[in-house]
Amino acid sequence: MTARLEKITTMKALYFSWVRERIGKTEEEISPPENVQTVAELMGWLSGKGENYAAAFAHIKTMRAALDRTHVKHDALIRNAREIAFFPPMTGG
Amino acid sequence: MSDSAASDHGHTMRARIFVRVQKENFDAVAEAAKLTQGRGDIGAVVTFTGLCRDEMGTLTALEIEHYPGMAEGEITRVAREAASRWPLEGIVAIHRHGLIRPGESIVLVVTASAHRFEAFAAASFLMDYLKTEAPFWKKQHFSGGTGAWVEAKAQDQAAVQKWRA
Repeated sequence: MTARLEKITTMKALYFSWVRERIGKTEEEISPPENVQTVAELMGWLSGKGENYAAAFAHIKTMRAALDRTHVKHDALIRNAREIAFFPPMTGG
Repeated sequence: MSDSAASDHGHTMRARIFVRVQKENFDAVAEAAKLTQGRGDIGAVVTFTGLCRDEMGTLTALEIEHYPGMAEGEITRVAREAASRWPLEGIVAIHRHGLIRPGESIVLVVTASAHRFEAFAAASFLMDYLKTEAPFWKKQHFSGGTGAWVEAKAQDQAAVQKWRA
């Protein structure tokens, strides 16, 4: 009998500004299931991890994301990214 | 760091680019001098410094959070884009993070070119892009101990859009 190999993807999630404050973490290792393929799907999956996550991702349209330190849109595929960051629109300068 | 490549805008990209993200303050005059020292071909230097306002005396400090690694990368990307759009000789872009008091400097952009038009335009372009694309977030600390994250302004987004037209 062949052993079923479950593909386990782990990546580092980083949170900034009020996203960080609402979740209560600066960063963590996450292992989303295989059917989570886009940034939008990952936000949906994270929202289900608890009330703090749901609060952080409540206004999903304004949420920004970066994959391996590059800005991406919500329909971007996560693929083999090692790092994903979530944050509100930037207010530097 | 220096670039020398053909730009899409018909000039050789030769601008010297200096980008820093730091906690410490900076000296705008000394930074501008880095671009002009020993040069006789630069006719224009534009220096922009963004300062922390006290908001009518209510603000005690700004706390600036950033994404280490990505912040420098994004500023460098925007600086290269500016060097590609205009024939610049040099760019300095410095953004501070941490706790900044009213009257202190937050951000510095210096552009150097042969003529003023390019230096003015590139400095304005750099600031518009830094505000909307470099991963920094400001939190206002008020007297009385309350705090609030600054909300992104629609006018800043509109300012970036005009360069895309």
